[in-house]
Amino acid sequence: MKPFLEHTGRAAPLPQENIDTDQIIPSDFLKRISRTGFEDGLFAEWRKDPDFVLNKPQFQGVSLLIAGENFGCGSSREHAVWALQDFGIRVVVSSSFADIFRGNAGNAGLLLAEVSRATTDKIWDALDMNPQVELTVDLEDCVIRFDASVAPFTIDEHTRQKLLLGLDDIEVSLSHQEDIEKFEALRPRWRPSIESGISKGPTQS
Amino acid sequence: MSGLTLAEKLWDSHIVRSEPDGPDLLHIDMHLVHEVSSPQAFEGLRAAGRRVRRPDLTLATEDHNVPTLNINAPIADKVSRLQIEALRKNVEEFGIEIHKLGTLRQGIVHVIGPELGITQPGMTIVCGDSHTATHGAFGALAFGIGTSQVEHVLATQTLPQFRPKTMAVTVNGVLPNGVSAKDLVLNLIAHTGTGGGQGFIVEYRGAAIEALSMEGRMTICNMSIEWGAKAGFVAPDQKTFDFLSGRDYAPTGADWDSAIADWKTLSSDNDAIFDEEIVLDANKMAPFVTWGTNPGQGVPLRESVPDPSSFDTPTEQDSAKRAQHYMALEPGTPMKSIEIDIVFIGSCTNSRIEDLREAASVLRGRKIASSTKLLVVPGSVAVKLQAEEEGLDKIFVQAGGEWRGAGCSMCLGMNPDQLLPGERCASTSNRNFEGRQGPGGRTHLVSPAVAAATSILGRLAEPSDLHSGGREAY
Repeated sequence: MKPFLEHTGRAAPLPQENIDTDQIIPSDFLKRISRTGFEDGLFAEWRKDPDFVLNKPQFQGVSLLIAGENFGCGSSREHAVWALQDFGIRVVVSSSFADIFRGNAGNAGLLLAEVSRATTDKIWDALDMNPQVELTVDLEDCVIRFDASVAPFTIDEHTRQKLLLGLDDIEVSLSHQEDIEKFEALRPRWRPSIESGISKGPTQS
Repeated sequence: MSGLTLAEKLWDSHIVRSEPDGPDLLHIDMHLVHEVSSPQAFEGLRAAGRRVRRPDLTLATEDHNVPTLNINAPIADKVSRLQIEALRKNVEEFGIEIHKLGTLRQGIVHVIGPELGITQPGMTIVCGDSHTATHGAFGALAFGIGTSQVEHVLATQTLPQFRPKTMAVTVNGVLPNGVSAKDLVLNLIAHTGTGGGQGFIVEYRGAAIEALSMEGRMTICNMSIEWGAKAGFVAPDQKTFDFLSGRDYAPTGADWDSAIADWKTLSSDNDAIFDEEIVLDANKMAPFVTWGTNPGQGVPLRESVPDPSSFDTPTEQDSAKRAQHYMALEPGTPMKSIEIDIVFIGSCTNSRIEDLREAASVLRGRKIASSTKLLVVPGSVAVKLQAEEEGLDKIFVQAGGEWRGAGCSMCLGMNPDQLLPGERCASTSNRNFEGRQGPGGRTHLVSPAVAAATSILGRLAEPSDLHSGGREAY
């Protein structure tokens, strides 16, 4: 993963709350086995509407979304994060994010900047006045700068470090191999393992 | 010092290592895998030259994409077929057991885990699927993960996770006749909103929860994600042990005794303090149905589509307006007057044997409305065979419904079972998001009994409406 320090770009407003991952990418696009090329799936149904914000000329080329609360709720599909990234989105700003989506974003390198409702309101107002306004998201200082404003955002420190340094979680966990082995040595023998049940009963029709 | 909640006990007993301010590294007892959220994870392992650490704690099945008709023919949708083939190739390469389409243990991942006895109290269980909390019905800590986390668990059998807060949902009283676990959980979600559980592990408890069967508890835990909770569970009791006893993967002999001794310790201490608690009264609950496009937008079936202006905040009002526009509903319309094109009985929420028995008891000796289609999709091959042994399939077919093979089917329309644009469905599944069951489709979430009654009258209905011949319903 590439380190993420700071990003500057234009933003599109999505003030609706509870935007679920079925909207971010409908299930039909989930049949693919590739890791890239999901940009056509991003908000695929909503983009059929010419008035949808991402179809408007003034919001072409945006790299930030400013979304209503509980963004990314519903299905665990990480394809939602990939679709945003493949479309060119680097940062999503909202007053809250759903848990699984948040984990997926952190692992895939999409920055989720959690702000107060006052801040999303303020950015939506700024975009209303001038859709071309540029926002700078600074992950070192955890602030968003736009016009003459500076607004703080929050992100858990673990994810922040991971993004800043471009770390791979798996590598870190694998470095704790000894601890994992010690833990597993104490696992009760009656807990199920797949071998334990394979021989019992038929599996073929 | 106060005692511990069961959530804390489950969490603490799986910590491999922890660091101040960092996430805890949790050990995962069982990792369930399906075709949709795993291909890129296996690809990641290959690219990094990593192996699956514990194939013996990993089990795969095919559920999201699989057709429910002609299951022995090659899958017609080429992209779906390639995804299933990718899973088969991956599990073979990495040495993982799989239950393929057409074999006896195949089914929805959250249905087969419990029925095989793989889901047991005190375990950590993950799956690349948001409805993984279903397994919490057995007193397990179970939650959904994304594909990069699937890769993480495959490679390490662990996950770095921040400790969530704890919440108790206490449901006192007795559910009135005709009110099911599904109604209970839809009621709860309407109360909390879709984001109300964010950041919490939830323990469902109280007399009404204890009175539920294991199937009912699974329905409740299944929908934990629909109000944003990280996980939801019910402390294990005698019903849990009885359900597991004798199943393929349940411990036997002295191991069973050791397991029971351990499982009996799995409860929250009397003086444990939850970060939050919600208390509900089951006596006041009624059959419930959604009118909107998220699972929190619901009302009792006997009520009407709400007026958007009745909501507190401008955002909620906008959201209600938008949802009613999508659903083509007018405020004030009695829910029971809404005509339904398709009834879907299935999904990891309501496709177990008890759900099918419930629906069949309503449909027995009756015919579905000529304007309505009924699709019954058992959650697993085992459920299908059990239902056929009991003659339930004949009841559905004689009523005019379709009896299908096992899978996720019309819950999310990744297979050919989809709504057409504008079609309206009463569905026992878990999500009524825009387009969830097919682009432009409209979903009302209901219980199996309401689904069955609805198929007979051709409009949203509960079983008690049938006795009046459906004339007086609203």
